[in-house]
Amino acid sequence: MNDEIEYIESNETEYLMVMMGDQAFGIPVLVIQDVLSSQKVTKIPLSIPEIEGSLNLRGRIVTAINMCKYLNIETLNSHDNTKDMSIVVEHNKYLYSLIVDKVGDVLSLPNNKIEKNPVTLDTALKEISSGIYRLEDRLLIVLDVIGFLNSLCKEEVA
Amino acid sequence: MDDLVQEFLEETGEGLAELDGDIVMLEQNPNDEQLIGKIFRIVHTIKGTCGFLGLPRLETVAHRGENVLGRFRDKDLEVTAEYVSLILESLDRIKLIVEGIAETGSEPEGDDSELLAKLDFVYEGKVVEDTATDSPPATPIDDEASPLKDVPIDADLSFDDLDALFEEDNALSRGDALVEEVETPEAPEEIIKVEPKAELKKEVKKEPAAAAKKAAPVATQQSLRVNVQVLEELMTMVSELVLTRNQLLQTARTYGDSEFTIPLQNLNQVVSELQEGVMKTRMQPVGSAWGKLPRIIRDLSVDLGKKINLKMTGEETELDRQVLELIKDPLTHMVRNSGDHGIETPEERIAVGKSPEGVISLDAYHEGGHIIIKIADDGKGLSSEKIRQKAIDNNVATAQELEEMSEQQIQQFIFHAGFSTAEQVTAVSGRGVGMDVVRTNIEKIGGNIDLKSVEGKGSTFVIKIPLTLAIVSALIVEVAGQRYAMPQISVQELVRISEDSDHSMETIKGSAVLRLRDSLLPLIALKDLLKVNNPEQIKDVLENNEEDNVISLEDKLKSPNHYIIVAHVGSYSFGIIVDKVFDTEEIVVKPLSPILSNLPLYAGNTILGDGSVIMILDPNGIANAMGEIAMVDVEDKNVDEEELDDAKRKISLLTFNAEGETLKAVPLSLVSRLEEFNIADIEESGGQKVIQYRDQLMPLLPFSKGFEMGEKTQQVLVFLDQGRSMGLMVTNIVDIVSDALNIEFTSAKDGLLGSAIIKDEAMDVIDVGHYLGLASGDWFNQRQKNSAMDATKTEQKILIVDDSPFFRNMLAPFLSVDGYSVLSVDGALEALEMMADGKMFDLIVSDIEMPDMNGFEFADKVRSEDSPWKDTPMMALSSHAGPEDISKGKAAGFDEYVAKFDRDNLLDKVLETLSNNKSVAKG
Repeated sequence: MNDEIEYIESNETEYLMVMMGDQAFGIPVLVIQDVLSSQKVTKIPLSIPEIEGSLNLRGRIVTAINMCKYLNIETLNSHDNTKDMSIVVEHNKYLYSLIVDKVGDVLSLPNNKIEKNPVTLDTALKEISSGIYRLEDRLLIVLDVIGFLNSLCKEEVA
Repeated sequence: MDDLVQEFLEETGEGLAELDGDIVMLEQNPNDEQLIGKIFRIVHTIKGTCGFLGLPRLETVAHRGENVLGRFRDKDLEVTAEYVSLILESLDRIKLIVEGIAETGSEPEGDDSELLAKLDFVYEGKVVEDTATDSPPATPIDDEASPLKDVPIDADLSFDDLDALFEEDNALSRGDALVEEVETPEAPEEIIKVEPKAELKKEVKKEPAAAAKKAAPVATQQSLRVNVQVLEELMTMVSELVLTRNQLLQTARTYGDSEFTIPLQNLNQVVSELQEGVMKTRMQPVGSAWGKLPRIIRDLSVDLGKKINLKMTGEETELDRQVLELIKDPLTHMVRNSGDHGIETPEERIAVGKSPEGVISLDAYHEGGHIIIKIADDGKGLSSEKIRQKAIDNNVATAQELEEMSEQQIQQFIFHAGFSTAEQVTAVSGRGVGMDVVRTNIEKIGGNIDLKSVEGKGSTFVIKIPLTLAIVSALIVEVAGQRYAMPQISVQELVRISEDSDHSMETIKGSAVLRLRDSLLPLIALKDLLKVNNPEQIKDVLENNEEDNVISLEDKLKSPNHYIIVAHVGSYSFGIIVDKVFDTEEIVVKPLSPILSNLPLYAGNTILGDGSVIMILDPNGIANAMGEIAMVDVEDKNVDEEELDDAKRKISLLTFNAEGETLKAVPLSLVSRLEEFNIADIEESGGQKVIQYRDQLMPLLPFSKGFEMGEKTQQVLVFLDQGRSMGLMVTNIVDIVSDALNIEFTSAKDGLLGSAIIKDEAMDVIDVGHYLGLASGDWFNQRQKNSAMDATKTEQKILIVDDSPFFRNMLAPFLSVDGYSVLSVDGALEALEMMADGKMFDLIVSDIEMPDMNGFEFADKVRSEDSPWKDTPMMALSSHAGPEDISKGKAAGFDEYVAKFDRDNLLDKVLETLSNNKSVAKG
């Protein structure tokens, strides 16, 4: 899958709603390769704490990143991480699995309704958000997955 | 065209293609040191190679360009757009010349003085005027622009100028097929007046098309070059296939017999063959990388006025072409270094009493699944004094630190960046593009490099590289409940530490060490290295495995079982403490995701046969993490003659427990592998225990009748000879010791040769022959023990000459049990050396079929008039013992001729021959 996603043709984008703590996030469906339930991971000692480990997905090695830890959100599954869900995305030919608390529905949202991040947004969130939707019952933060992985890789190399 | 030139063109073409992009990137990231280093090295390589090929124009341009890049690298010149265009301009010039060479086989003519002047200008630290860069003397070739643009249109052109233009343009528009009329222009007589621009362009372009046609066959006459990428992908896919197959097999094993079994076995076989086939396509003899070395050495010796003899052995050793490609440059570099820095001039050599001709020897061979390449010279060696000085100058170490370092540690500094001890920067070497790059390249492919140098005597570099990069064999170990893979290349041995073993860990002020034979090995716990004791990282591991993790180092040392991987990286040895050791597995190294690539302790990750992901440890990374200073030197000790003699008689013995208190021992070289099988896998067939082992059914023998097998797993010594294998079940394996084997008294018990004192402990030496006989009746005839010991034969010396280690090791204990003092050598040549040294024996037992020199020739030599051994009785030992063989043997001078497998006869004959000899002597 390519890093760039074509939004041009339709004026709506589909997002998979995921939950971390009590906050809802939207991940563009087109970047998602797989959604997995909790997996057994191999720990990687010495790596940054957000990296949960690596796992085998149909013969490919996937690096698991704990999004709650990264965003400093208190996870819902602190007592039972078997409820964790993984969203697998590809970035520069490597696979990453983003561990979230819960997976919700796929929402089709009009592109022109996306709003800018409020200036008061938490910096960690601001960095990985490409905008916010106002849904009826809550706010949905759109995750800029590619941008996030880019910055994570760069940070690590630097 | 010269092969060398052709090869140079191909290489340079690749290098240049990369460079363009790199320089543009450099402009964007002017501070990227790695990038500058890379560009610098490519230009340096071009310069170096063309120096040898006799391409002065190219060399000059590259050399001046390199000067400027050198200043970038040393950071005393800022990378600006002007300078980048200047570098690009010189690259274009290099390309122009290279293409000229590709077409004509020699350098095109042309004037580079303006470009060179500019480069020198920058090199000397002045700013290039803008105007200068705006009108470069030769325009870059990668666009439509032709040099004509810069030629004043209405100027008079001399024929020479035009000719030069033709040639340059040839290079520019090779392959341009759009020219309609192809005709060779008549050579103009004197001066032609060029009027319209377009016409000249057309005129000039005619020639290129013709030239391109001429050049074409040169390019195609080469053998088919398969894109590395294709082979690479093929290999990757096969590797994946192998992994998948392993997983399938593992799954199938748990289900037992099913309809999948047969197809799976077929698949298994096909995949193995496929893997072998693909590997083979990638194998090339190492000699192909050495092809240009003799020329380089020759030219070097001419240039520097030295006499150098390059000796190469083992050219036919094959290794993966990818690996070969990667070591080519380091090798060339090192050989060049040896010639340039190592070998002295004939005058210097004569002055220190060496022969005026220096020798550089290159040797390649297989060793334990790896390739060893040795580069040795008998030159002046490394000067520790100079290195020390340089280390201080470069601020890599303080004088005080250096004080405490051993010679060898100081010598290792040459692997640091910017460490050339050549006093002058020459065209040959000495810019500090050196051993650091060599080492980086070798480590990149999972190899390591070792250095031994004695000042005044010469230097030896030993490179150890894996056969192939795609699949490596690794030892699987466990720490804190998780498995890791340790590449086998750096694993020397495994030591098990338990309360009752000979080895014990000790601490010196908190740092653990191990007494291993005669050295002190620094230890590091993998647990500490990976910080897996950190509760945050291994919270859940801790929960499962509490008592294992909360104990202190002291406690850890006391705890009963530990395994130590003795690893060898470069010239350092150290021990890594792990909790458990599993099997070795063939693994496919997969690169780490970029977010993990900053972790130096890992070389990659992989998926094991059971489907789990596992991290691959990087031995080099671990060595660095331990700190090089902390490591012991394992410098070869100077072994004097006597010790050497002793060492020859020393053999490595594997010790184990089987029954009773006494340790059992067996010559290690007889044992082909140590295995641990699951009891569940052991089957019974015809009243005998058997196991499926490496696609064969292997008989398993109990050590003795009342032997009790293990509860879950069973440790087995595997003996292998002539394609047959046999497993001997033992209680547990203890250690490997090295000592002379003197069997003190024989045992009446079947299966034991007798007892011996080994490392101050009494041990039973087992008789492998007995078990081999039990395992398969035809292996050896059962031996009837010759219980009557003949007192006269003690201290009689027997020399065994046999190239097969198996028989050497079989015979030596077998004869020594009967009271002879036995010395064995692996070939006739070595035996003759001993003869020359004046050693005497009472009997020589020699094999007939041996490489280098066979038994008949050997007997001839021994029986010659002036031989000190001409009266020593000789026995031939051969697997062919027909009447013809026997008469031939007797004719050659053997007194007796015995079939190899006939052990009773052998002993009788030994006895007979010796007593005959004695009676002859008496009479």
